[in-house]
Amino acid sequence: MELFLKLFVNGLSIGFLYALSALGFVMIFKSSSVLNFAHGQLLAMGAFIFLVLSVWLKLPIVIAFVLTLAGSFALGFIIERFFLRPLIGEALIQVIMLTVGLAAMFKGLMLFVFGGNLHNYPEFLPEALSLRWGAVYIPSVYVATFIIGLLFLGVFGFFFKYSSQGIYMRSVADNQPAALSLGVHVRRVFALSWAIAAMVAAMSGIVLGIMNGINVHELSAIGLKVFPVVILGGLDSIGGAILGGVIIGLLETFTGGYVSTSLREVIPYVILVLILLVRPYGLFGLVEIERV
Amino acid sequence: MRGLRLHPCGNYRERYEQELTIFETDFGRLWACVGLFVLFVIVPLVSKSYWLYVMNTIGVATIAAIGLNILIGFTGQISLGHGAFFGVGAYAAAILGTKLAVPFWISVPAAGVATALVGMVFGIPSVRLKHLYLTIATLAGQLIVEYLMVHWKGLTGGPSGISLPSATILGLGIKGDTAFFWVIFGCLAVMTWLAINLFRTRYGRAFVAIRDNDRAAEGMGIPIFRYKLLSFGISSFYAGVAGALWAYYTASITPEPFNLFLSIQYIAMIIIGGLGSISGSVFGAIFITMLNESLSWITQYLMNVPALSGVALTIAPLREFVFGLAIVLFIIFEPRGLAEVWRILRSSFRLWPFAY
Repeated sequence: MELFLKLFVNGLSIGFLYALSALGFVMIFKSSSVLNFAHGQLLAMGAFIFLVLSVWLKLPIVIAFVLTLAGSFALGFIIERFFLRPLIGEALIQVIMLTVGLAAMFKGLMLFVFGGNLHNYPEFLPEALSLRWGAVYIPSVYVATFIIGLLFLGVFGFFFKYSSQGIYMRSVADNQPAALSLGVHVRRVFALSWAIAAMVAAMSGIVLGIMNGINVHELSAIGLKVFPVVILGGLDSIGGAILGGVIIGLLETFTGGYVSTSLREVIPYVILVLILLVRPYGLFGLVEIERV
Repeated sequence: MRGLRLHPCGNYRERYEQELTIFETDFGRLWACVGLFVLFVIVPLVSKSYWLYVMNTIGVATIAAIGLNILIGFTGQISLGHGAFFGVGAYAAAILGTKLAVPFWISVPAAGVATALVGMVFGIPSVRLKHLYLTIATLAGQLIVEYLMVHWKGLTGGPSGISLPSATILGLGIKGDTAFFWVIFGCLAVMTWLAINLFRTRYGRAFVAIRDNDRAAEGMGIPIFRYKLLSFGISSFYAGVAGALWAYYTASITPEPFNLFLSIQYIAMIIIGGLGSISGSVFGAIFITMLNESLSWITQYLMNVPALSGVALTIAPLREFVFGLAIVLFIIFEPRGLAEVWRILRSSFRLWPFAY
């Protein structure tokens, strides 16, 4: 029972992180229908920017955090402006391949600058945040993750529901030609969605870095973990991404705890193939019906 | 009369058959024969062992790249699992060669067939999925196959891999770079010929129709699923044969090389070479292999300079960066790849001295 509880809490927090990582991915997909294969690299970029600011430049944590978010926002903007925009209207293959190329580029660049070793942030979260119920101990990182995650979800919920930019983004996601004809600045929406996605990715990267240390390979691999999550939840559903993340996280930790530790790495992808066979639009995705 | 003719100055094709011809003039045929003669007789005699090694690598990569181009470039189904399928071919050949003692000349095509079957399993999601989802399915396939290679120890030998017996054809031992050069480039020639001719048949045309508009293709009576699956099978067959040849050439295999990065390298090859073009696959394979080799030359050169050996170690990860950059630049500036550059060169030569 103790193991079960421990795994459950562990799985929930990992799943929450996956959900957070998937959020940015879904945002890009929703607004511009681009599958972003460089998402893990965006995560890692954020984590490393934070590392540079907080450890190398020794800025206060809060300032470093805010600067990291701002930097990632700019990064997402730049990526969209210089790499994605020339491809608007091109075939999907080109766009997907471009993100694959970007992923390789960023990964190589980060390996060049930071090396393949594990880096660590200094301890800065207060121990007071951690929770203890009997045998179950929840480290402060998890609690902080949860709080920050909820905060972000809340902010984005309001952003999409009430701000004009958020409404534009939803309209583009819903029907791009219609949004264009109503005067929505679609290119700005694309840029904004990339910028926000990079920002969310940076945040999840930082949290992952606090939990497991920062390593280019591991953080980039998270970008691939995003696929089972979003497919399970439905590619274009933010709520689905959250639920999918939690399910995949739980599945992973339970497989790791009860079946075999090596299997936990591959089980999400097995699930992914099964879902694609049975219900490709996921739990909450939009069912596209196509008839000839 | 089909005598010796020079290229007409301009495009005078009137019928579909003319569009389909591979060699428009007998000069083309002559040059192809001369090229094959130089490739098979002169090149192996004059090249050093290292260059034969490089060319063998290019040959293997070309076979796999042609396979991937059939799938991505001609059928429009994006696969991120080609590196894994290449690995499946290598392992299939190794297992057939060691456990079942199948001779070389059977185990290579058999490995191709086995890989084709594995590839078709991951092509099954294409029953109801469009390419976007299919890309994800093949990504999952890549990661699952990678996992199996490491963890299915009974079959694959786990991380330590398998050592292959030396290859023999008709009692002749194939050893060394020169012998493998003939084998690899023999296979390459046959498979290139098959691929070029594939797109002059109804199957190839169906693939292209599916790429251009799958709904219209279905409306015209092409059973999409069957053809997509066939395309997956053919593509994986090429990857499998290439993997099998590679396994015999390197004599022992481990799971590491067959990772996602290898898949990305193959994608880089066909994007840089040109999607939907057989000659593009060749150009791309040459480009990427030479890029790989020249990066290792630079590393080696820097290692030998004592003051710069530290730099040499740090530039190793730049390999991935350079690949990514090459993909990105080609997509943005020359999305049709080197094959298009080659076509423009040729057609400007053909029209010379007129501007158009």
